[in-house]
Amino acid sequence: MDKLKLVMVGNGMAGVRTLEELLKLAPERYDITVFGAEPHANYNRILLSPVLAGEQTIQDIMLNDVDWYADNGIKLHLNKKVIGIDRIKRIVTAEDGTTAEYDRLILATGSNPFILPIAGKDLPGVIGYRDIADTDAMIAAAQVYRHAVVIGGGLLGLEAANGLKLRGMDVTVVHKNEWLMERQLDKVSAKLLQKNLEDKGLTFLLEKDTAELVQGESGRVCAVKFKDGEAIPADLVVMAVGIRPNTALAEQAGIHCNRGIVVSDTMQTFDPRIYAVGECVNHRGIAYGLVAPLFDMAKVAANHLAEFGIARYVGSVTSTKLKVTGIDLFSAGNFTGGDNCEEILLSDPVGGVYKKIVIQDNRIAGAVMYGDTVDGAWYFQLLREGRNISDIRDHLMFGQSHVGDLGHQGQNRAAAMSDDMEVCGCNGVCKGTVVKAIKEKGLFTLEDVRKHTKASSSCGSCTGLVEQLLATVLGGDYSDAPKTKAMCGCTDHTHAEVRAAIREQKLLGIPDVMAALAWRTPNGCASCRPALNYYLISSWPGEAKDDPQSRFINERAHANIQKDGTYSVIPRMFGGQTSPDELRRIADVADKYAIPTVKVTGGQRIDLLGVKKADLPAVWADLGMPSGLAYGKALRTVKTCVGSEWCRFGTQDSTSLGVTLEKTLWKMWAPHKVKLAVSGCPRNCAEVAIKDVGIIGVDSGWEIYIAGNGGIKTEVAHFFIKVKTAEEVMEYTAAFLQLYREEGFYLERTVHYLARVGMDYIKQRVLEDEAGRKALHERMMFAIQNEKDPWLERTQGGVGKHEFEMLTA
Amino acid sequence: MTDWTIICNLREIPNLGARVVQTAQGDIAVFRTDGDQVFALHDRCPHRGGPLSQGIVAGKTVTCPLHGWKIGLESGDADAPDEGHAPCLQTRIDDAGMVWLGLAAETTACRGEDGL
Ligand code: SRM
Ligand SMILES: Cc1cc2nc3c(=O)[nH]c(=O)nc-3n(C[C@H](O)[C@H](O)[C@H](O)COP(=O)(O)OP(=O)(O)OC[C@H]3O[C@@H](n4cnc5c(N)ncnc54)[C@H](O)[C@@H]3O)c2cc1C
Ligand code: SF4
Ligand code: FES
Repeated sequence: MDKLKLVMVGNGMAGVRTLEELLKLAPERYDITVFGAEPHANYNRILLSPVLAGEQTIQDIMLNDVDWYADNGIKLHLNKKVIGIDRIKRIVTAEDGTTAEYDRLILATGSNPFILPIAGKDLPGVIGYRDIADTDAMIAAAQVYRHAVVIGGGLLGLEAANGLKLRGMDVTVVHKNEWLMERQLDKVSAKLLQKNLEDKGLTFLLEKDTAELVQGESGRVCAVKFKDGEAIPADLVVMAVGIRPNTALAEQAGIHCNRGIVVSDTMQTFDPRIYAVGECVNHRGIAYGLVAPLFDMAKVAANHLAEFGIARYVGSVTSTKLKVTGIDLFSAGNFTGGDNCEEILLSDPVGGVYKKIVIQDNRIAGAVMYGDTVDGAWYFQLLREGRNISDIRDHLMFGQSHVGDLGHQGQNRAAAMSDDMEVCGCNGVCKGTVVKAIKEKGLFTLEDVRKHTKASSSCGSCTGLVEQLLATVLGGDYSDAPKTKAMCGCTDHTHAEVRAAIREQKLLGIPDVMAALAWRTPNGCASCRPALNYYLISSWPGEAKDDPQSRFINERAHANIQKDGTYSVIPRMFGGQTSPDELRRIADVADKYAIPTVKVTGGQRIDLLGVKKADLPAVWADLGMPSGLAYGKALRTVKTCVGSEWCRFGTQDSTSLGVTLEKTLWKMWAPHKVKLAVSGCPRNCAEVAIKDVGIIGVDSGWEIYIAGNGGIKTEVAHFFIKVKTAEEVMEYTAAFLQLYREEGFYLERTVHYLARVGMDYIKQRVLEDEAGRKALHERMMFAIQNEKDPWLERTQGGVGKHEFEMLTA
Repeated sequence: MTDWTIICNLREIPNLGARVVQTAQGDIAVFRTDGDQVFALHDRCPHRGGPLSQGIVAGKTVTCPLHGWKIGLESGDADAPDEGHAPCLQTRIDDAGMVWLGLAAETTACRGEDGL
């Protein structure tokens, strides 16, 4: 196929990100030409503030140097402003006469600082704050002049003021409103901020209307005059009163604009050959001014340019963080409240801490935080996920670390950590390493950080911390909303979309799914294949064929791989009960195969560690016990206590119920591991409160609790229902687990599933809808009837023999 | 000098899977891709020695089962930004579908050598 010609006007953050995304998808599709009005290659505009403050240099903030363009075969015209588009001939023309033909065109012209239409606005010494040239001009002015006035007390104005102050100028910030950053802060937090900035030496003039800029003898600006007649000296005036989408070029070419170039959900303008991304765009009436949404747009535009044709941009929720060192401030969503909104407030003006969470319909609608922003990323995540917070409401204000009593999910204050403190306990990555990688490699997303540093790539418990570090270094929030997150790099589809397609189109094999959903890679990857395999076998039990090659080694070898390449064997002990005979066989096996370690597990059974892979089938045969599936996304253990059979307090026979539950359900596969427990009385010796399903015997029956978790982040199970008989326990338990099996995303435990869909929904499906519950129960029984003991299959039936035999040469 | 030996029939290696061959040079992982190509690497991940043969194969890469490094089957190189190399050996499949493994007299990295 001949290459098409793609031209891009505007060499800024949104545009170049679009090209990066496009090159990932379809590197060979286009001959690409880029025009940029600035003389620089692609740099990180948002880090101009730290450059002005003297904390970073221009070199530090380059994202793609000219070599990057050359390496990717992109023709780059720097310092050339495009002044015309001929849409009939499909040619763009630059100021110096350079032309380029296009088949498709991207407009990424960003925005311009809004300059107040007042007398003196064009004087030397009056500038906006947008690019490297402005930043250089400010740095130069600070070396010679003394008085700076920043008009506009928003994000940009305050960052400019802070930088100029650090460069030694006397800085006054003039603001029209009653308080600073009124678009991001409420009055109380804004006053705290103002106080803090005043302590740093800034002066503020609020509720002041600028009338004119006065020219001095040298011809340069010398004062700012206000409508009330007052005047103050000024050798440098920075206008930071807002931005206007840069639509001049588009309008001149007759493309429909209305406070921004109007685009559809596919990022196309009214001329379908012409795409537009970034701050120059008006999408569904909104023009965004932060990078996170622009990056979402870039993904969508790239998807269509690559002719995949499936992505849609549906808008973004944004959050802000002020990048002034030493000031902690975060805001997101609707923080002013309004009808039907409730507020949770914590205000300690003396301690300099203020937090407000706005709640609507049991969901977070917005948040403002000042002084203590550790949980900003967490609130923002809850906001974007639309998570129902009723269950954590009483702890919400105290932050993530107070939800659950144990676990380490970012309660360390990222900003307060020293560089050598460990962020990721699994991979031993320190804060300094992460921060350095973010700065030097130009990382924006959690994914990037995981790839480059390995931080948060294993158990994920430090994800919150890494997100905080990203936010601290970059300001703002860069991660995609998890709801819309693609399954992995092989596809743009989410887990939900893939599950739905498998069910609706009755897809039965991994290649079918990949074909139907236009997977980008020929065989997927180690992250999507196991998920697809699970979705297939759980959606079409008995029909979809299990693919061992798409299972992680533990589930393929039916044992847990250890760090030295040996395996562990944990045989099933139903309900934690065993017998002298079983114990004797275990002892004999340990002797016969020289197994180095025998250990009692935390799940009431015995682990044989250090078994050679080739010995596994023989070990299983000699044990003569079924698989404990301790390696599987499956039912692990049903922990029980002794119960009424022996215990002087026991009210119910918890052991028998546990054994029955385990014997019934032990062959089920699930999105993640599943653990059950049954206690015989409320003393709860089987610790049911941290199990996926926990059951407590009471005098009059059984209480069922669901969605507890004892792992990385401890979560206490929720009371679900009380029933009378063991049969009812069986039915409710199986129905709930089947719902989770059908709807849970791969690697989502019941606690996360519940958080996503809400308790009301689960109650409605399992408790209120009796016929539905019985149907769920039945589907579970149907699904597991064909499952076999994997160890028996491999010792008797010769299944997967090649897995355990070595070849020789 | 390369020493060619037959190790098995192509059928005996699962599609998108691997077998381990015990040799005097240590364990060798022999992989089969979707397109029935066969590649051989020393069965030790450059990260911390994980058995690459036990990983998930996709395209021409294998993901190490221990910590998820991705190793290219053709080059033996770890995917950037990770850095490391698992020495590779030559393989070929004859008309009868038998898989041959080329054991070098001395273990060397495959890069730079070409052909048989
Ligand atoms: C053997 C055992 C530790 C022991 O010696 O006691 C164990 C060992 C491992 N656990 Fe565990 N866990 C063991 C009980 C637990 C428990 C306690 C329990 O089940 O009552 C928990 C907390 C309860 C829970 O899951 O909610 C537990 C929470 C975890 C987690 C965190 C799960 C989470 O959702 O946060 C992981 C990581 C994961 O699954 O991704 C994990 C992962 C692992 C792995 C599989 C790590 C791995 O991928 O290799 C370890 C395998 C070692 C091996 O080869 O045997 N293990 N693990 C326990 C086996 C119980 C059994 O009989 O099957
Ligand atoms: C000082 C500062 C701090 C900021 N801090 C943050 C922050 O903390 N968090 C956050 O999310 N966002 C922040 N932003 C906003 C963020 O930088 C922008 O949202 C983002 O850069 C917009 O990207 P863009 O590609 O749409 O526009 P730009 O990055 O502005 O790129 C547009 C480019 O197009 C060029 N151009 C325009 N017209 C033409 C033409 N006719 N021909 C050729 N080239 C043309 C321009 O010269 C410019 O280089 C900050 C911005 C500034 C200025
Ligand atoms: S057994 Fe569990 S807690 Fe212990 S090291 Fe392994 S994963 Fe961590
Ligand atoms: S040993 Fe292979 S990734 Fe760590």
